[in-house]
Amino acid sequence: MAYVPLADQDHDQEHHDPHTFITKYVWSQDHKVIAIQYAGTAIFVGLVALGLSAMMRLQLGFPDTFSLIDPSSYYQAVTMHGMIMVVYLLTALFMGGFGNYLIPLMCGARDMVFPYLNMLSFWFYLLSVLILLSSFFVTGGPTGAGWTLYPPQTITPGTPGHETGILLMLISLAVFIVAFTMGGLNYITTVLQYRTRGLTMMRLPLTVWGIFTATALALFAFPALLVSAIMMTFDLLLGTSFFMPAIMAAGEQLDYNGGSPILFQHLFWFFGHPEVYIVALPAFGLVSDVLSTHARKNIFGYRMMVWAIIAIGGLSFVVWAHHMYVSGMNPYFGFFFATTTLIIAVPTALKVYNWVLTLWEGDIRLNTPMLFAIGFVFTFIHGGLTGLFLGNVVIDLPLSDTYFVVAHFHMVMGVSPVLVVFAAIYHWYPKMTGKMMNETLGKMHFWCTFLGTYAIYLPMHYLGFLGVPRRYYAMGSTDFIPESAQALNANITLAALFVAVTQILFFINVFWSLKNGKPSGGNPWGATTLEWQTPDTPPKHGNWGHDLPVVHRWAYDYSVPGYPQDFIPQNVAGDFGVSDDHDHDDAPAKHA
Amino acid sequence: MSFYKQVTSKPWEYQEPGTGTGPEVVFGSESEKIALALFLIVVSVIFSLLTVTYYLRMDIGDWVPLADPSMLWLNTGLLVVSSVLFQYSRTKAQVEENLSAIRLAFFVGGICAMLFVGGQLLVWQQLDGNGLGVASNPSSAFFYLLTGMHAVHLIGGLWVWSKTSFRLFSTTEVSQSRLSIELCTTYWHFLLVLWVLLFAVLANT
Amino acid sequence: MAIAVALVLLVVGSVVFHFMSPWWFTPIASNWGSIDFTINLTFWVTGAVFIAVNLFMAYCVYRFRHKAGQKAVYEPENAKLEIGLSAVTAVGVIAMLAPGLFVWATFVTVPEEATEYEVVGQQWQWSYRYPGNDGILGTVDTRHISESNPFGMNPDDPNGQDDILVKDPEMYLPVGKPVKALLRSKDVLHNYTVPQFRVKMDLVPGMVTYLWFTPTVVGSYDILCEELCGIGHHVMRGKVVVAEQADYDAWLSRQPTYAQLASMAAPNIVAGQQQYAVCASCHGQQGEGLQAMNAPKLNGLQSWYIERQLKYYQQGVRGAHPDDQYGRQMAPMASMLSTDDAVRNVAAYISQLPVTNSPDTVSGNVSRGMRIYNANCAACHGKNGLGSWATDAPNLVGMSDWYAVIQLNNFKAKIRGAHSDDDYGEQMVSMATAMRNPEQVNDVVAYINSLR
Repeated sequence: MAYVPLADQDHDQEHHDPHTFITKYVWSQDHKVIAIQYAGTAIFVGLVALGLSAMMRLQLGFPDTFSLIDPSSYYQAVTMHGMIMVVYLLTALFMGGFGNYLIPLMCGARDMVFPYLNMLSFWFYLLSVLILLSSFFVTGGPTGAGWTLYPPQTITPGTPGHETGILLMLISLAVFIVAFTMGGLNYITTVLQYRTRGLTMMRLPLTVWGIFTATALALFAFPALLVSAIMMTFDLLLGTSFFMPAIMAAGEQLDYNGGSPILFQHLFWFFGHPEVYIVALPAFGLVSDVLSTHARKNIFGYRMMVWAIIAIGGLSFVVWAHHMYVSGMNPYFGFFFATTTLIIAVPTALKVYNWVLTLWEGDIRLNTPMLFAIGFVFTFIHGGLTGLFLGNVVIDLPLSDTYFVVAHFHMVMGVSPVLVVFAAIYHWYPKMTGKMMNETLGKMHFWCTFLGTYAIYLPMHYLGFLGVPRRYYAMGSTDFIPESAQALNANITLAALFVAVTQILFFINVFWSLKNGKPSGGNPWGATTLEWQTPDTPPKHGNWGHDLPVVHRWAYDYSVPGYPQDFIPQNVAGDFGVSDDHDHDDAPAKHA
Repeated sequence: MSFYKQVTSKPWEYQEPGTGTGPEVVFGSESEKIALALFLIVVSVIFSLLTVTYYLRMDIGDWVPLADPSMLWLNTGLLVVSSVLFQYSRTKAQVEENLSAIRLAFFVGGICAMLFVGGQLLVWQQLDGNGLGVASNPSSAFFYLLTGMHAVHLIGGLWVWSKTSFRLFSTTEVSQSRLSIELCTTYWHFLLVLWVLLFAVLANT
Repeated sequence: MAIAVALVLLVVGSVVFHFMSPWWFTPIASNWGSIDFTINLTFWVTGAVFIAVNLFMAYCVYRFRHKAGQKAVYEPENAKLEIGLSAVTAVGVIAMLAPGLFVWATFVTVPEEATEYEVVGQQWQWSYRYPGNDGILGTVDTRHISESNPFGMNPDDPNGQDDILVKDPEMYLPVGKPVKALLRSKDVLHNYTVPQFRVKMDLVPGMVTYLWFTPTVVGSYDILCEELCGIGHHVMRGKVVVAEQADYDAWLSRQPTYAQLASMAAPNIVAGQQQYAVCASCHGQQGEGLQAMNAPKLNGLQSWYIERQLKYYQQGVRGAHPDDQYGRQMAPMASMLSTDDAVRNVAAYISQLPVTNSPDTVSGNVSRGMRIYNANCAACHGKNGLGSWATDAPNLVGMSDWYAVIQLNNFKAKIRGAHSDDDYGEQMVSMATAMRNPEQVNDVVAYINSLR
């Protein structure tokens, strides 16, 4: 029972302080330690994927130069980069990392509802990562089937890693799903049942709403991946024909018959599209809180922001086949899915408007987290708008499978969420460590990352317009691609390498500040939400000392007129008379 | 407050927190039950997707319907008995009476479930012996897949059952095992309903 | 502050980049101008939103940046404004979606006068089938596919007898006539893409997909595969020539029908033996090869490979490059085989010669070679190196290793394989180029030596 005051729960073993190093940092059941374990693992494996992308970019920018990269290793890099970034980095980092750290703190709880399950979740996640990485060391290497793992290609010879790599990938995914389900049940139950007194659902910070909704999506979406992975394993090991039609391989008839590759695609994208929002919704939530705090202004249109999150989450289950417009599925599906896809633009656009309107008449502090948050809004607008091209079924005909797609999804679910990750780390690092991060290094890191990634992905859209296909080891000779495209590719590679290298600034900052950062105090940004009101920073085991906080107000009481300070923490009691009439003309002391 | 009222309320309007001492809960029941309900929803999604896939794959044209072994009826009976016994132990545990009856019913209920799994294995052997191996036809592939997935979930339940049984037999306090018995019973009923639905699907196609 | 400037500069920069960019759609060569219209419409709508929202954000950052004594305005929401903005967005979305759906409706409805042709994809080749005089494509089945029936034609279907089979990456279409492409794959997913036609569709094994268009501009266009199909994905190329009706008819009449191919007489090995006498002077009586004469071993090669290479020598596809010293010697010899039948006969004769051994002359790191070979070469030439008719990849095992080194280097230097009529040469150019240095070439050849 994490709710009762500490003094009343001596009989309860769950919250005895862990004493040894092992129970404190390794087999820890504390959500904050698990969060850091999750984040550390995710970032580590993300760096592996970053390395793979550097390898791909070297080949594309300067073909036939580097002897490490042959067609087979190129396709393996493409596959592993995609899968790691989407699932093992972003999903794990937003849910296991930020979700674990922030949900109990923002809800005013002592921990997750099931701390033991939470610990298991991390160890299963780590296991899935190890299985995945082990595929680099087996015969034939990791699978090179593309992160979408489309059969029949995935398991036929002619695809790198068809020997063992693909099996390890499928097992790893299954283990990841088990790990995620354990964590996800925890996050949902905690939000539903462990909010402290006074903290109604509509008083929750948008971060919690984003992670909560994304978790719900993931719990519904991952089963589709699990089912397709299991069925593909049957096809692979037992010779069933769920997805495998009668086909040839290297002149031999294979012993399959009647299966449907398109069936797999439907299952995969029934997972795969919500997956986009599993990554995006937590980012939406986190960035909302960062924007609001640093603009010293409530998030604009909180209610519509919550509804938009729910609407986007719901709609994300009825748009999946927009990934399959040219897959050979019944073309009449195109009408339905193009319509649903473009409908989703409306709540998404509303979120963008409200972020920008949060800045309007704010008192904007351009701290590093805020820069990353503004950068996110910019890249997200860009990535969102290009989505309107691809979602509109006829425009997808020429652009599908070209670099336009690559540029679009990197902008919208690569760069944008990663900018939020950085915003969030710069923002919450003081709470996690008690130290501020270095602003100068932070700003340098921001400018390199923001401008650098735009220099990568803006031109890439134009390669797509031109018709350069994605997933090509080398373009070879064509009659429609001008020489200048290769020069553009080389420049994109230089920008990509620049961005990759400058991420060192971030790691230097993280480790340097751990020792040398300015002490931050408990609430350096003057934020209202509960995690900044803990008695200790970093919060101790059990988070809240003797008594749990009691919540009196919503999460966004910034710059309340008449109140001397420009923020009122959620646990401060008292009505300051703005609630009935928020007409800002009455507000004193504006734009002094 | 209803969900609709909650999400349409204006959160910035000042409102004193309630006078209770507990957290703000959405559901007034134990967290474990909520988590189990969520988990059952996830499992339902898995099996719904499998069933949808089953029907889609059936349409492709190489489908040879499977004659379902009659032994499945016997297995179904075992699972029903198992569920009834669990329900009995739950009813008794909730009023905390008759420890030995609870122990007996709960234990035998689990044994019936094990027999069910064993029975399913026999069915597999029978089918395989009749030349209906997993790769022989999509209908048999789905048969093994669906029954196998169901059995895996039951085995997972049996793991919790074994832990609960251990506790039930090592203490005399029923209250310590009540929640576990309730959770197991819910899970068992769910798996029974799931099995009946799967059986209906398998038997009618 | 800097961020406000940066946002403005990025917006301006993006617009400038767009107008300066030489990279835009290739000139259209089909009837699908309506797709281009929808793209342009979407481009202008989204472009306007991009500029407006970002400039507004930049203005907010500039105008409301922190100054001493400033306090933000407290305004939880403005439902009217939010609903208004959503409504405007919805109108914009409808403006883009509606034309899109209309165009899609024309895409899914194939005009009745469209003639059919079939595109067959396999790892990593294109081939094509035309319906012949009866206008009907015969039935096919993957189960019928074999070395002598690579299209998987149903031998008992009368409709298939006059089908025209084009086992060649180049296809023709008549200009100005609507066509419906039926797409079929033998193995994995592929995607039939011609950028100038704008439309594309996946080839899915186990089913037939389709697309339609009317080619409008005479010319020759690249066919690309745009669905990842394994290690040779990027070298799966073809050409479509859009020609005037007369040229199209002439080309079509030169292509064989299924019945013609099926009734072709067996090659005459005795005649082949007589022809081979000339070859024997360099390549040896048993085709065992002679390094001193720069003549590679021939026995052990498949007849279809020898046939193809001899024709290439005759047509100047091979042995015409000024740097191909030995190839230039071979070209006139090949031309001495005056008919197609002579080529077939001699190829058949060589392919049935008893296989002899060739000495090892190349040394390298076998285990490194194995890794490279298995990862890249094995996909076509097989793990055992014996090659396959299905991928048109010749046997490598037991052949002259010094010759393999020369040829790999020729591919790398585009002395061989770069000619536009060398059907699968481009694939070898790409794969050989992936071996960056002489050591890697030697490693691979040493590994191939170890396979016998």
